[in-house]
This record gives sequence, C-alpha cells and structure tokens, in this order.
Amino acid sequence: MATYPADLRYTREHEWARIEGKRARVGITHFAQDQLGDVVFVELPKVGAKVTQLKAFGVVESVKAVSDLFAPLSGVVVEVNQELTQQPERVNRDPYGTGWLVVVELSSPTEADKLMTAEQYEEFVKTAGGH
Amino acid sequence: MTQTDAALKRTPLYAAHVRLGARMIPFGGWDMPVQYSGIVEEHRAVRSAVGCFDVSHMGEFEFRGPDALRALQRLTTNDVSTLEVGQVQYSLLCYEDGGIVDDLTLYRLTNDHYMMTVNASNIDKDWAWVSRHLDGRVDARNVSAETGLIAVQGPHAERLVGRLSDVDVSAIGYYHFRRGHVAGIPATISRTGYTGEDGFELYLPASGTEQVWERLLAEGKGDGATPIGLGARDTLRLEMKYALYGNDIDQTTNPLEAGLGWVVKPAKGEFVGRPAIEAVRAAGLRRRLVGFEMVERAVARHGYPILHDGASIGVVTSGSYGPSVDKYIGIGYVPAALAPAGSAIAVEVRGRGQAARVVKTPFHPSRVKR
Repeated sequence: MATYPADLRYTREHEWARIEGKRARVGITHFAQDQLGDVVFVELPKVGAKVTQLKAFGVVESVKAVSDLFAPLSGVVVEVNQELTQQPERVNRDPYGTGWLVVVELSSPTEADKLMTAEQYEEFVKTAGGH
Repeated sequence: MTQTDAALKRTPLYAAHVRLGARMIPFGGWDMPVQYSGIVEEHRAVRSAVGCFDVSHMGEFEFRGPDALRALQRLTTNDVSTLEVGQVQYSLLCYEDGGIVDDLTLYRLTNDHYMMTVNASNIDKDWAWVSRHLDGRVDARNVSAETGLIAVQGPHAERLVGRLSDVDVSAIGYYHFRRGHVAGIPATISRTGYTGEDGFELYLPASGTEQVWERLLAEGKGDGATPIGLGARDTLRLEMKYALYGNDIDQTTNPLEAGLGWVVKPAKGEFVGRPAIEAVRAAGLRRRLVGFEMVERAVARHGYPILHDGASIGVVTSGSYGPSVDKYIGIGYVPAALAPAGSAIAVEVRGRGQAARVVKTPFHPSRVKR
C-alpha cells in the first residue's frame, strides 16, 4: 500500500477522495490516522445527507482526541461504511481500503481541481502538515 | 507535530523515549511519551504481560526528624500513626475549605523518615503548601529532581523485577516496599501502581534510571515487556476508576464526594481541612463521583455535561474507550440520588443527550496482590 496513493485527491484537513465516475469514495489519510492514534469511534452522516466541500460532515475519535471530518467534495451521501460502527480500527489498519467512510454523489465534480494530488499532499505533509 | 520546547522539563529517560520512537507531548510542564506503538496495544500489554512506565516526572518530598510524624498527621488526611516502616499509605493534602491540594502516597522509610510522592503538575504548589504548614523538628527536602521512577505493571511484573533484583520481591505485600537493588542500581521497590494490575514502582537515583529501564526492556523481552506511554496509563487507571488530579479531583472537590472518604481519618486528631470535611459529612453529600458506561454509541469526555430528564445535573470528569471492557466508559459527578448503580443518565455529546447508566466500579476487575 502506498502511503499516499496516486489515484486519490487530498485535502489540507487530511481527507482523501477516490473519484469513481460521478461519485467519490472518501476517507482519511495515512498521516491522519497515524496522528490520531487508535480510532475508537466514527460518527458519519446518514445516506441522503448533503455534504459541502471543506465543511464538517462527521467526527472521528481516537482514545485521546476528537476530530472533525471535512468533505473533500460536495454532494449527497449515497453509501456509509457501517462496518466502522463495530470496527473503527479499520480506519487505522486500512485507511484507503476497508477504512473508507462514505461515498458521495457529486454535485460539482469540478471541485476536484481544488484538491491536492498525491505528490502535492506528500509535500504538504512534510512541510506544513503539522497541526 | 512533535516539536521540542525548551521550556518543557525532561526526565532521565527522555533520550530513551526518543530512541524508542515515542510520540512526545507536553504534560504538566514535562515532555513525556504519550505512546510508543499505540495506546490500545500498550494497554493490552499491561493487562496480559508487563509494561514499563516512565513516571519520573512525579515529585518526591522527604521528611525527617523527631516531629515528622506529627507534621504529616497535620498535613495529610490519612492516619500516619498506623503506617509502619516498610509500608505505603494513600492519602490527600486538603485546603482549609476541604478542597483537595493533591493526592499522594506516603512511605515510612525509617522510624522518623518519610517520603511523599505527589503529582508532577503539582510539585511546586505542593512544596509551597507543605513548607508553609511545617513546624517543629522536621527537615523537609524536595528530592524530585534527583529521583527517577519506573512503574512495572502487569501479571509478569513479579518475575521480571524479581530476576533483576537482589531482594525477594514476591515477599513484598501490596502497599509495602523494600530497599534493594534492581539491575545493580539502589532502588526502593514498592508494590504499588496505577493500573489495577499487580506490579511495582521503582524509585531510583536519576543517574541510574536509564540503566534500569534498558535492562527491564531487554531482559523482559520473553515476558512481553513493553514501554507504556501516558495514553495507556490513563485508560488503565480509568478502567479502575482511580482518580486523576486535575480531572476527577481538584481544589473544588472534597474527598467525600470523590469517594476518597476511606483515606480521611478525623478520629486521628486535627489536620488541615478537617473541620470543613466534617461539616460536609454532617450535612450529607450533594453529589458523588460515579462510574458510568454509555448505552448509546458515543464517547464521553472530560467537561461534557451529564443530563437527567434533559437538565444538566453534573459533569464528566474523565471518559474514553476502555480497551479491556470494550465499552465507552466515564467518571463524573452526579447528584447523590442518582449515584446508585443502574441509575439512568445521559451525557451531552456535541449538543445531543446520549443515554448512559451508572455502573459498579472498577469497570475491570482489579488484580493487585492482596
């Protein structure tokens, strides 16, 4: 698994989006899960909820910290990863795979241009990525 | 991110933590490891094998002289006259109004020589308080800077410490200690801890602390010895409902409502705070510190309101995920009427009341040596 897969787009808040046609799968990055530590709780919107680019749409909690989740792209939630209710540690173990959070039906696909590439994100994390 | 802060104090094990790749955070003015491999993994290592904790940031004061007993009887809430040489006592310092200055452990080293261990973030405050209230023929010294402290906790602690020590540690009872050597370094070997597991706390000269740490981890490999950060220290103590100063107890809480009445001994005579605490006892407690578990899926955190019938009736003082109980658990103050186990309460999480219930504690069974 690449630390920052090249087929994803990234936010400065450390979420990723994998664009699949008119939809995007969303999660948090390796950097984010590592910084959080053991994830013990994930609060996600319901199917049908609207999310707005770079606005909070949920919460991820580790043993020590509570962090907002920010939507990489605007649209309507069409799938929610229900497995995370029982196994939130998937966010740590497999952040780009079984640790995904939601799938969004995109309302403005061109918003993706505002997101970072893997290369840009890696550079961002190295230089300014610290909280 | 990890940034070095020149103002933060370092323990004798700072370099060892960095070598181990620990994530360092500021804690009570100290640069301390919050985790090495991960909080949940470290928590499980302590419950199932053995963990080594750097708690050198804690403070130690020594009291020596013919009036040491009398001075400590006046300063602390527990009855020091019952403390024998080789024994440890949990106790409190209280203000005149009954609020808590700090919680502590008191060691009787010899007939007229005692050591008090206090919380790291309270060292300066406690030292000022203690100094102000001392009188008579007692020599008090703050030896915090020259004292290292390693906690070795877990079911394999006895065999690990026993192998490295020149005393029979299996003969040391709970809340007792012996002087000896560990890994060749002079040590006060105390059968105490803050995890609910069997184990020891090793008081060491600061200069020899790293040698003991390295030997414990190297020679404890086969026992599963693991370095443990402050993150797991907090979840371990939370599962036991051990109070944490600054979270569950402070200057605004009295010992009785905090469930610490068992270390308040008014029959021993006068001590700072006694009249106020006795007044609270006579009037009855308005609130009590209880343990609760979440019924709905949500994590309670320090400072969140506790609700009953939609009204705010208390506050969460500690809360997290308990890895050994696999539940979201917490501690908080509720009105005395809601203190019995089974009481239905709610915790306000991000503006919404989430169902919880008061439960018996500890959340996880204690396995300390009795």
